[in-house]
Amino acid sequence: MNTEYETHDCDVLIIGAGGAGLRAALGALAQGAKVGVVCKSLLGKAHTVMAEGGIAAAMANVDSADNWRTHFRDTMRGGKFLNNWRMAQIHAQEAPDRVRELEQWGALFDRTKDGEILQRAFGGHTFRRLCHVGDRTGLEMIRTLQDRGVQMGIDVFMECTVSRLLKDGDRIAGAFGYWREQGRFVVFRAKSIVMATGGIGKAYKITSNSWEYTGDGMALAYGAGAELLDMEFVQFHPTGMVWPPGVQGLLVTEAVRGEGGILRNKLGERFMEKYDPKRMELSTRDVVARSIYTEVREGRGTEHGGAFLDISQKPADYVKKKLPSMYHQFKELADVDITKGPMEVGPTCHYMMGGIRVEGETTQSTVPGLFAAGEAAAGLHGANRLGGNSLSDLLVFGRRAGIAAADHAKTVQTTTIDPRQVEDAAREILTPFERNKEDGENPYTVHRDLQDVMQNLVGIFRNREDLTRALDELEKLKVRAGRLSVEGSRMFNPGWHLAQDLKSMLIVSEAVTRSALAREESRGAHSRIDYPNLDTTWGTKNNVIERDGNAMRLRQTAVAEMPGELKQLVADEK
Amino acid sequence: MAEATFEVFRGDRDGGQATTYRVPIAPGMVVLDALHHIQAHQAPDLAVRWNCKAGKCGSCSAEVNGRPRLTCKTRMDALPLDKPITVQPMKSFPVIKDLVTDVSWNYRVNKKIPPFTPRPGVKWKMYQEDVDRGQEFRKCIECFLCQNVCHVLREHEKMEQFGGPRFFVRVAGLEMHPLDAISRTGMLKDELGIGLCNITKCCTEVCPEEIHITDNAIIPLKERVVDEFYDPLLMLVRKIRGAEQV
Repeated sequence: MNTEYETHDCDVLIIGAGGAGLRAALGALAQGAKVGVVCKSLLGKAHTVMAEGGIAAAMANVDSADNWRTHFRDTMRGGKFLNNWRMAQIHAQEAPDRVRELEQWGALFDRTKDGEILQRAFGGHTFRRLCHVGDRTGLEMIRTLQDRGVQMGIDVFMECTVSRLLKDGDRIAGAFGYWREQGRFVVFRAKSIVMATGGIGKAYKITSNSWEYTGDGMALAYGAGAELLDMEFVQFHPTGMVWPPGVQGLLVTEAVRGEGGILRNKLGERFMEKYDPKRMELSTRDVVARSIYTEVREGRGTEHGGAFLDISQKPADYVKKKLPSMYHQFKELADVDITKGPMEVGPTCHYMMGGIRVEGETTQSTVPGLFAAGEAAAGLHGANRLGGNSLSDLLVFGRRAGIAAADHAKTVQTTTIDPRQVEDAAREILTPFERNKEDGENPYTVHRDLQDVMQNLVGIFRNREDLTRALDELEKLKVRAGRLSVEGSRMFNPGWHLAQDLKSMLIVSEAVTRSALAREESRGAHSRIDYPNLDTTWGTKNNVIERDGNAMRLRQTAVAEMPGELKQLVADEK
Repeated sequence: MAEATFEVFRGDRDGGQATTYRVPIAPGMVVLDALHHIQAHQAPDLAVRWNCKAGKCGSCSAEVNGRPRLTCKTRMDALPLDKPITVQPMKSFPVIKDLVTDVSWNYRVNKKIPPFTPRPGVKWKMYQEDVDRGQEFRKCIECFLCQNVCHVLREHEKMEQFGGPRFFVRVAGLEMHPLDAISRTGMLKDELGIGLCNITKCCTEVCPEEIHITDNAIIPLKERVVDEFYDPLLMLVRKIRGAEQV
């Protein structure tokens, strides 16, 4: 088979153009590297645009007592001490500078009365720490980074999907992909790659995540031999929309609670008093999600199976100014005026704490030359992420990944692309076209069935029976996914694109399920009905997933111990 | 179950026509839901751009019953269901396939605009009343519906001479940033052709973020261009004072 493809050369290839990918591109460029960015959607439209809460950084503009140590402590406690402590430390220390940098590049945040960047309260944060602009901080961040990227001259390859990483022996050599528009193949030759592809929400039926979130980066890295970590820790955001059906799962930002929103069940009770009387609605997301789920399961849910979130007690002008996109979202999509009445909300698959295992300071994965940052990487958030800590994660580790990838590229003389790997990759992605409709499976149907399996069997509350059954179902889905049939041409064919995305979703779904089965305790976002308590022996272990031929292997690794002074910091609540 | 009839454009750069599909209606359904149903059950290769399904990413722009809209925010119950609903790609941009158009021209225009340029050594203090105006413009999700509807681009195809409402909004956001130190007024007059805008306000009507494009961005920028290049009195005053031309 003579495969035609175009080739692009760069020092550092960044896969993903959200906050982490763009910040990595800028970091690499600053080191003098030739940078290419590949993304599945159009530039500026990555899932980062959906982030509504804010960027957590200990700037102390509103609460002058705030400092990096408290931020570090809050992050470790939120993560139930499974976090990579070094990443949590770096994150807390460097976030303020990253926020100031954004401002210097043109971002316009909301202001305090003294003219500084305004910060608001958020779940699990001791002080008011979230730098924000209304409820669209994600948009502000990605637009600012995009503008800066354009100004600095980054090459962006838009609407291009990478389907396989290419290796030269043990090392990364590049990536194979296709243009979504024409379906033509492309090979990127690169000395380093930064994986910044985000999370896995589209494997679930009810999710706040956008179309792109199919776990590609984690699957690609896994395929190239990299280790995955903490895959059981899937965050279910407590407040997604529940009605009408088309918007199920759509995010209702935690900022609603940060600005004073109150949760009630159908009896009008402020039920968080039962689950976390100290922090109430601003408890950590795992606690609030489980609380809402429990209220509904015990018969106190709203008409459509959620809880009431009410901010109508605040002045209407204030609500419209601070939460404009929530106001519009509910008005236009659910016929609810949030200044007059409550919203119906329920848990939604929102964030993936697990991902590619990385070294804390450089974000280097276990494959030389492959780096990972943002949601695609694991370690910073441990067993549960605090709101606001993702946007800051993107900036801090995006930058570090770019710098480290550029430095690594300097050590590489040449990379050789193996034409057999390219041929194999091309053949693999074309097979669905060769199968007749009658003999093959519809990718949309397989996707829907996968979503049902994950939603019902690997959701908020897990148990051995469900998880074991899920593994069986996933095996069946893998067989079906090996027999997909796609109609039409290679020209912008969403069915064909879904056939590729399905592969990634199946790999990450299996990794999540195996890890969830292994961890026999409840910690952070991972809840086992059959093991409802914390188990201190599990508190010192992370689950690691690695490929072994065609099989997925799981083992544990010890959580690295914190140095003495940091241990003391988190001491009184361990 | 109730059904709606859709006539969706299928085709590419060389042409195409509307194809009819029938889709069951669910409560609260939006047009994008219907397009997904068609993909899953009837036309798996129907090319549709979308991402967030929440009106935040600006990917799903199309023309529904002739009006430029985001398909994820177009409620079925807001449309007359006794007639077929037409869904067409954005008219001002070349069709790639079905509802997906080539919007790369927008990215090319963007590159021409000088970025945010603060004065060296500036103090990073700003007050809410000073950033309010700029924040309105930075709400833009780059859906390009305003570009699509503007007759200067849509009918008169003046892509070489006119930047379009989206970029007037971008320039306004930069010019009105309290700490930006350069002027883009000359570019507005020349390369971006702001004079070609005759205040028809169709852009404002279609903006899903409700940005007051004409009143808050275009008109103030036009006034700046007039002040700098067309006002003889101001020119005289500047000459007398010996003020620097930027």
